[in-house]
Amino acid sequence: MKELDRLVIKGGRIIDPFNEEDSIRDIFIHGDKIVSGEEFDATLAKVIDASGLVVTPGFIDIHTHLREPGFEDKESISSGTSAAAAGGFTTICAMPNTNPAIDSAHVVDYITLQASKAGPIRVFCFGAVSKGRNGVELTDMEELASAGVVGFTDDGSPVQSGHLMEMALRYASDLKLPVMDHCEDYSMTKGLGIHEGKVSYRLGLQGYPSAAEESIIARDIAIAEHTGSHLHIAHISTSGGVDLVRSAKSRGVHVTAEVTPHHLTMTEDWILGEKDDYSNLEIITANAYDTRAKVSPPLRTHHDREKLIEGLKDGTIDAIATDHAPHTFGDKAVPFDQASVGISVLETAFGSLMTLVHANIIKLPDLVHRLTVGPASVLGAKYNGLSHLGTGSFADIVLIDTEEKWTVNTNKFNSKGKNTPLESSELRGKVKLTIANGQIAYEDMPND
Amino acid sequence: MSSRDLPNSRSVRPLQARRHVLDLDDFSKEEIIEILDSAQSMREILNRDIKKVPALRGKVVLTVFLEPSTRTRVSFEQAGKMLSADVINISGSGSSVEKGESLLNTAKTLQSMRADLMVIRSPEAGTPYFLARNLQHIKVINAGDGAHAHPTQALLDLMTMRMHLGDMEGKKVVFVGDSLYSRVVRSDILGLRALGASIVLSGPPTMTPFNKVLAQSGKALSQVRLEPNLDVAIESADVIVALRIQKERQQSGVLPSMREYTRRWMITDERYQRANPGALLMHPGPLNEGIEIASSLAHSDKAQIEEQVTNGVAIRMALLNGLLMGNMGDLQE
Repeated sequence: MKELDRLVIKGGRIIDPFNEEDSIRDIFIHGDKIVSGEEFDATLAKVIDASGLVVTPGFIDIHTHLREPGFEDKESISSGTSAAAAGGFTTICAMPNTNPAIDSAHVVDYITLQASKAGPIRVFCFGAVSKGRNGVELTDMEELASAGVVGFTDDGSPVQSGHLMEMALRYASDLKLPVMDHCEDYSMTKGLGIHEGKVSYRLGLQGYPSAAEESIIARDIAIAEHTGSHLHIAHISTSGGVDLVRSAKSRGVHVTAEVTPHHLTMTEDWILGEKDDYSNLEIITANAYDTRAKVSPPLRTHHDREKLIEGLKDGTIDAIATDHAPHTFGDKAVPFDQASVGISVLETAFGSLMTLVHANIIKLPDLVHRLTVGPASVLGAKYNGLSHLGTGSFADIVLIDTEEKWTVNTNKFNSKGKNTPLESSELRGKVKLTIANGQIAYEDMPND
Repeated sequence: MSSRDLPNSRSVRPLQARRHVLDLDDFSKEEIIEILDSAQSMREILNRDIKKVPALRGKVVLTVFLEPSTRTRVSFEQAGKMLSADVINISGSGSSVEKGESLLNTAKTLQSMRADLMVIRSPEAGTPYFLARNLQHIKVINAGDGAHAHPTQALLDLMTMRMHLGDMEGKKVVFVGDSLYSRVVRSDILGLRALGASIVLSGPPTMTPFNKVLAQSGKALSQVRLEPNLDVAIESADVIVALRIQKERQQSGVLPSMREYTRRWMITDERYQRANPGALLMHPGPLNEGIEIASSLAHSDKAQIEEQVTNGVAIRMALLNGLLMGNMGDLQE
């Protein structure tokens, strides 16, 4: 990371969905802001040659597990923000399933302080809905809001009580903050990490049915419709869930939704360990029961994946969020049922999503929109300045080579979490430079 | 279509070339028959006065049982000892696994002691696959993993069926009870599929797979039909396999009551009469008498339960010998 006062990004293809721009021009940075060319003093400015590269606003991740405080063997704020920078994310939102949970202002202050020491990546916090995330009593939500949280969630141990969800939504609406829910009926899943279907049956594993997600989404939408509050659906994974959100939006319910890169690009078949979207259930090899593909909600069917992409394209799903969930080697090097759920996503998110662009399933500006404008809009209008490249906005910028091929090597991850089924996969599309707050946070450019 | 689609068309792989026996999905019909034939000659040793041959002298077999088991563990132990292997038994309790050592580290430690083969029973599906993936120098036999697979049980079932019925092509086999959480059924289906039998699952709808799931599973589960009504399912069956019911399922809301289960799915004399004359009645054990099978039937000559146990030893002898020595059947010195 270098501290620089003035930067010029020269000759890149600017994709700025907020301003509906797709053109080649230079970008000028002074301090932590983007400025116009006229007022820019180019003397002593560092020039970055972006010819052949795509220049977009920095990505915003509204769903990141940073693990600190409490689980620093899985990830720290320092390693997690470095991973974010390598993945092109300039703003990330820490989930509250830490120890202690983010259920008081002290913990928010601690994370904010550690993040500022770690580097220029912006770290926001989601506060817990309930004290200690125990699902019983509401946190001091106004105190958390004053400390700067961007919303509330008990992600990791989702709110089971409809009553508590209603109270949280009513209380948060006064604070103008969203309540995010990880929609899962525990009585139907008990934390399982595989979709109930052909693969779970073939492998003799108890599955997590789609209905366990859909029924809670339906419940939450009904409550939000009643209370008039902002409900945000975390990591939606089912086609039925997409239909519920689409229909709620058409009725004017204030509901937003996010989807992860893995639910957009992988299916239940990946648990068979063959990295094959169309698995053959004939012979189960020793690669099966791949705990790296164990995630909650689980990877689902081809049909679900298609409906998620459809929902992302038509705006039913507002944002792509990573649900970056780093774990240790030991958390995953166990039989499938014992393994922790989650995938380390930050550093592969963009490359894996580019498979959808290269396959002409989604257009690059639309993908960038769902990584920038979309998540900012979930957080609220006051965060718009983080999601575009217009004059006066924050200098949060990513330079991308959409064609560069690279092989995922988790040993080179900045994240402590090496847990991804994409290990050794070849991806096409790479983050080359990340600028956060006007500072270079990550660089993979040829030396000049 | 890749070569993985057609297990039956592949040439027979000698058992010795196999690293592991994880399930029956990668066994061709010829390979299964070869094992069953070998087990037939192993049975002859079981009938001898001196039940020991030196075939596996100097070989070390570990049995690692992470959940309680009597018949399968003893069956493997006896099979190994009758072939003169050194058999070492390790259970979950009292071992370092209980002390919190990870299974992976325990298994690597055991591998470092230069054992030749590990027999693994685990309450969790996929454990033998996990070990096979992580251990480079030891062969693994799956002795039952969670609700997934139990290939040696399936082979002893096939052996029992074949001894009485000969060629299984076109024969009808009905499984009764909990086929959703049964590792026996999954492996039996794979073996019976290879031999060309037709399969019917009958049991509570909460304990049988969805039809839509079977339909999506391609050839892996072809020849499998669901028929909840046992009186219909059992019509002209050649084999009836009653599965063990776990009584705690009632508390978890999966079953209304044992009484209702017994009324609808217990094999009674009356229901047995609807099957083909001389139909085999089997059970993987341990049997809940008067719940899965009426006592009068369980103790009749229709029941093959004790024969299944004897065949189990023979099958495990054949597998140990085949995996470690490669000479199928020929044990004369």
